[in-house]
Amino acid sequence: MSAPSNMRVFVPCDALSIALGADEVADRLVAEAASRSLDVTVVRNGSHGLFWLEPMVEVEVDGVRHAYGPIDADDVPELLDAGLLEAGPHRTSLGPTHSIPELERQTRLTFARVGVIDPRSLDDYLAHGGFDGLRRALTMAPGDVVGEIETSGLRGRGGAAFPTGIKWRTVLGAPATPKYVVANADEGDSGTFADRMVMEGDPFCLIEAMAIAAHAVGASHGVIYCRSEYPHAIATLEYCIDVAPQHGWLGSGIAGSGLDFDIEVRVGAGAYICGEETSMLESIEGKRGMVRPKPPLPALEGLYGKPTVVNNIITLASVPWILANGGAAYSAHGVGRSSGTLPVQLAGNIRRGGLVEVPFGITVRELIEGYGGGTASGRPARAVQIGGPLGAYFHDGQLDTVLDYEAIAAAGGLLGHGGVVVFDDTIDMAAQARFAMEFCAAESCGKCTPCRIGSTRGVELIDKIVIGERRSADVAQLEELCDVLEHGSLCALGGLTPYPVRSAMQHFPEDFGLGDRNSDQNFEQKVGESN
Amino acid sequence: MIRDRTLSKRRQPERPSLPADQASIVSAVLAANQLDPTRLLVVLQQVQHELGFVPNDAVGQIAVGLGLSRAEVHGVISFYHDIRTEPAGRHVLKVCQAESCQATGGRALTQHIQDVVGCELGDTSADGAITLEAVYCLGLCAASPAVMIDERPIARVTVARIDRVVESARSAS
Repeated sequence: MSAPSNMRVFVPCDALSIALGADEVADRLVAEAASRSLDVTVVRNGSHGLFWLEPMVEVEVDGVRHAYGPIDADDVPELLDAGLLEAGPHRTSLGPTHSIPELERQTRLTFARVGVIDPRSLDDYLAHGGFDGLRRALTMAPGDVVGEIETSGLRGRGGAAFPTGIKWRTVLGAPATPKYVVANADEGDSGTFADRMVMEGDPFCLIEAMAIAAHAVGASHGVIYCRSEYPHAIATLEYCIDVAPQHGWLGSGIAGSGLDFDIEVRVGAGAYICGEETSMLESIEGKRGMVRPKPPLPALEGLYGKPTVVNNIITLASVPWILANGGAAYSAHGVGRSSGTLPVQLAGNIRRGGLVEVPFGITVRELIEGYGGGTASGRPARAVQIGGPLGAYFHDGQLDTVLDYEAIAAAGGLLGHGGVVVFDDTIDMAAQARFAMEFCAAESCGKCTPCRIGSTRGVELIDKIVIGERRSADVAQLEELCDVLEHGSLCALGGLTPYPVRSAMQHFPEDFGLGDRNSDQNFEQKVGESN
Repeated sequence: MIRDRTLSKRRQPERPSLPADQASIVSAVLAANQLDPTRLLVVLQQVQHELGFVPNDAVGQIAVGLGLSRAEVHGVISFYHDIRTEPAGRHVLKVCQAESCQATGGRALTQHIQDVVGCELGDTSADGAITLEAVYCLGLCAASPAVMIDERPIARVTVARIDRVVESARSAS
């Protein structure tokens, strides 16, 4: 039998895959293939997001990708012996990638290419529908492009869930020039990594989206503000921003049109608050990341005081699909006012952690149990934090809540950026509430007194409640403090820190020495009604 | 009396300045950023990349170069966790303190790392090999707990794994 020729073997270059050993696997594959004189090209793709299977190795045979995982570098010789290049059976075989159950059941619109393509290859991007959205947008009037986004019902995926079309319409209508497009890649919420996966797995999609936004609102300059904790994403973005103008996809006269638009990558410096849009604008301008009061809206007076579109990475990454397939096709997914899909990130103490893109409307339980497979520790799940460090903690009885913006809000939480962090029954919820206040104190920009000082007072009060010398008075004072934070802060950091604190106290009172929510009928009235 | 103090202050020698080699690096960074004050954070990041930290004695030069006050430059330096005013150890180990890692034993792991390295988060080990830093999320949350040494991410960290990482960081130059 002759050895197969020009085979493509895929090993992800995604940061988490690398953190699990993907570079070693790729190096070993190259070395083994060379020593066996095999005609193999090792392609570094993004990750499909099935992280319990990473590092995942795929081989393309007759146009079908077959997956193996998780693979250790030391498995590589035996994997080749087993006939990797003919998709031969091995103890790590997962079958055709597209039929892995956790992937097959997803609805991948925004993440359609992530894991599939080589993120640095413009040819790969074009071969998978890349720039179709921009091509169509350039044939349309700016107002019609905005109209397509309005039709899609797309809402900001960064957390605020503001309708993207309205934001773009505002910038389009603003008379001042120049206008800017800012991509918020300061993905600081614990339990979230969808932005990182797009930047590392499908970076040209972000470039395409920003160019569409530029055409829609009349912007000439774009900035991607990426957090410094993502060195791999930064390197990939910088590479692609260098490549795109050489092929006419950035710069002057994009794709033969009259659109002139360039993009610069700015790197954050470890400040969580810079994920807040006005703080980010200050940071891009070279200043301390102090939150600005709104109004004026950034849409009218944003970067350097000019009209600015500020969108989250996932919001933007949804745009090319919408333009290529139509806003109505997008809004056909989802429920109620939450249209389209949400890339959910399963994290924390979970057996099958990773990225799950599904239409809005799935229950939290289906995500955690159906996709996630329960806790990694095998112990019962006790608490689930949805929406990052400013999101509420949910208890087991709330897991049938449907995942959409309104339903999560009605359950006292917020969907945020779609991060879902699972905790098992060893977690101390008083410590989690304390951490929420501590985090607020550490990351406050210092502009608003409730956030700057109240957060430290909150830590002290939670300590006092746990010690329990004058518990009911301290609980009342913490409640009052939470009210002040919620209503007296300019931005979401101070305004939402009460969410994890109150929900922890309300749903897990026993951890605060406040009796059991199941045995104390009056408890809910005593502690948390105001939430 | 007050007037005398003002005069004596005027007669004070210049603030200490950077060694010439460092000053020329700072100058080059300022020039590469067109002396643009809106690029202050970029300037600080590039100075830190070149020198390993932003020396206090560089503040004046950066302020003059960008047409800002020393207070404005200091304000930006002190705002951002990444910008350091002292040199770090030979390796920087960032240990995630955020919720996803807390859910997977991150608090105990952090304690173990501090014990093994021999310093608290925010400090450098006595032999100068490792600086420990707290970080709030590395985006590796599907396989927590996570750390990053220099720019190398490590996920699903165990005690045995971190011991090997610390050991090799100590022995490497």
